[in-house]
Amino acid sequence: MTLPEFFGCTFIAFGPPFALFVFTIANDPVRIIILIAAAFFWLLSLLISSLWYAIIPLKDFIAFGVVFSVFFQEGFRYIIYRILRSTEQGLHAVAEDTRVTDNKHILAYVSGLGFGIISGMFALVNVLADMSGPGTMGLKSGTELFFVTSAAQALSIILLHTFWSVIFFNAFDTNNYLHIAYVVGSHLFVSLITLLNANELYTATLLINYIVTIFTGVLAFRVAGGTARSFRKFITCQ
Amino acid sequence: MAAVNLQASCSSGLATGDDANVGSQNGEAERLERPPRRQQQRNNYGSSNQDQPDAAILAVPNVVMREPGGQRPSRLTAGGGGPGGPPPNELEEEQGLKYGAQHVIKLFVPVSLCMLVVVATINSISFYNSTDVYLLYTPFHEKSPEPSVKFWNALANSLILMSVVVVMTILLIVLYKKRCYRIIHGWLILSSFMLLFIFTYLYLEELLRAYNIPMDYPTALLIMWNFGVVGMMSIHWQGPLRLQQGYLIFVAALMALVFIKYLPEWTAWAVLAAISIWDLIAVLSPRGPLRILVETAQERNEQIFPALIYSSTVVYALVGTVTPQQSQATASSSPSSSNSTTTTRATQNSLASPEAAAVSGSRSGNSHPRQNQRDDGSVLATEGMPLVTFKSNLRGNAEAAGFTQEWSANLSERVARRQIEVQSTQSGNAQRSNEYRTVTAPDQNHPDGQEERGIKLGLGDFIFYSVLVGKASSYGDWTTTIACFVAILIGLCLTLLLLAIWRKALPALPISITFGLIFCFATSAVVKPFMEDLSAKQVFI
Repeated sequence: MTLPEFFGCTFIAFGPPFALFVFTIANDPVRIIILIAAAFFWLLSLLISSLWYAIIPLKDFIAFGVVFSVFFQEGFRYIIYRILRSTEQGLHAVAEDTRVTDNKHILAYVSGLGFGIISGMFALVNVLADMSGPGTMGLKSGTELFFVTSAAQALSIILLHTFWSVIFFNAFDTNNYLHIAYVVGSHLFVSLITLLNANELYTATLLINYIVTIFTGVLAFRVAGGTARSFRKFITCQ
Repeated sequence: MAAVNLQASCSSGLATGDDANVGSQNGEAERLERPPRRQQQRNNYGSSNQDQPDAAILAVPNVVMREPGGQRPSRLTAGGGGPGGPPPNELEEEQGLKYGAQHVIKLFVPVSLCMLVVVATINSISFYNSTDVYLLYTPFHEKSPEPSVKFWNALANSLILMSVVVVMTILLIVLYKKRCYRIIHGWLILSSFMLLFIFTYLYLEELLRAYNIPMDYPTALLIMWNFGVVGMMSIHWQGPLRLQQGYLIFVAALMALVFIKYLPEWTAWAVLAAISIWDLIAVLSPRGPLRILVETAQERNEQIFPALIYSSTVVYALVGTVTPQQSQATASSSPSSSNSTTTTRATQNSLASPEAAAVSGSRSGNSHPRQNQRDDGSVLATEGMPLVTFKSNLRGNAEAAGFTQEWSANLSERVARRQIEVQSTQSGNAQRSNEYRTVTAPDQNHPDGQEERGIKLGLGDFIFYSVLVGKASSYGDWTTTIACFVAILIGLCLTLLLLAIWRKALPALPISITFGLIFCFATSAVVKPFMEDLSAKQVFI
């Protein structure tokens, strides 16, 4: 049972991101590099938040670390935004596929996916490793939903990071402070909501997080220039 | 931009004392080289085909291209006068970067594969996880529980190991300077023989033991024999590029496993730090041994020994157009070439079928030293230009120019050296899927001088990257492993970026290893507790 569960949870969390990677990233070297660079920046933000968490004497209040971590992540999202925008010309010259720079949302999407994938990996990979081990269903008499909900939550975070980056980059391009506030606010909200997971309120947290995910996705779609009509066209393959 | 050469080689010597296996040294040096800009650009991008041959040659010192007689004149002109008119630098840089991006990916894949093999082995075969036997070079076994004693042990061990590396590197230089190619090749062959047979056998044994699979000796022998012989052939002689790449990755992974297995814990970290510093010194300092090696090789226009470098693509394209007679003449005329396997190979290929050789782009292509051209009287005139250009380039760019070829010397040092070499080549070959393809010259119906650019990464890079990641994963924390992985890849990217910016030879190991070490320790010390708290409570940030 452990092995099927391992694969099931892996595919729940990383199947969609993997598909995104394969179909939209893997063919373009520049995108792969940006993806990895974004992952690296996320690691830096995590490092700083961990240092913060380790230094401050409030270890018992994990919420405190979470709040600051969110701010650090958004700070690094801004840094990577600055970097990408300032190197845009260079990228334009370098990129074989000029769509990367012609359509600004691609850069945002790629870096967001990088953020999301590394974030999801860090959140889940050790859980997955435990999962494959000898018989760990229901850790410490915990709920057996632990793994599945973790995987689902990780998926929503990965997707959210992608959407957030698209919205965030565009918001800075257009000075849309409302969207910036929305990104930071919803990130904070989602992260804090997951604190309820400790109480096994999975229905509430998952439901809320996926509602936020869908809403953010729709917003990102609109920000990127999508409309109901284009969506219908896409669905019907026109 | 056409040619970006990144070469890295690392030298480290290690011999396993107890196991009596490997005397290996790795010299590490990485060099990034950029060929003269103008020509490169022309080659790759320029639509004018005539010039291409020249450009390619210039760009890639190693590769010799021969063109049909008709073209030569053009080459001359291009080479000598640079009539083509230098394209703006910017263009070149862009293109360099563009190709650079592809090269980076072409390096990411094999490096990732090598790390994957090591990490998977570490996590599934407990044999490689514990150190019970030690290398001869590490007399201090860190048995003491005291951190200070462990620290001194590690320091002493790594100093000993590094001095072995230095001595081996110098020995290699001396051998190379004296043109003792046979000894170097013998050394290389011996070490790859041991890796492919003895170490592979140990690996197989542990693998079977870990999965509790019974196997009789005849079967095991059959497998070993086939595996080893094919490996020796594809590494030292010829074989499909993919096969060769696969073997090189496997050999590097095996070597990394040996390091992980036999080095005491603290020593392994100290060695990683020391080897990257050594890499820095050996490549960048004016009298650095690796640099001397490179320059010597360049002077001789020799290629790197294929055994020790991973070539990402079909790097070499060979020079197809050479007529059989020409090639023969060349081979015979050049004294050194007879010694070098590569050259010989090339000749053979071309003899057999010139075109085929070109197309196949087997390593023989690589081996085409310019020597051939030099020796070849007819070619001489033409050649002169590129050579001169190249030299001037050397002076101008200082280090940058030289590095492409040198590595051959390093190769002799076993596994550890790595090189990244990007050669700008012309590729006539449409068939190759490489993205690098350059515009084919119209004149050349057959891809003559076609080459593609590829990257060569010395196996030493693979080894030490893998040692770092493998060591990190041996603590059982996957986040640390991932952090190291990302950090190393970013380091590699940065190295290539610096290469593109500075256009001078750079050691690739230091940045990656530094990042890797920082992230490894930071993650396991600081991040891990935080992430464990988070994931235990299912908090997602």
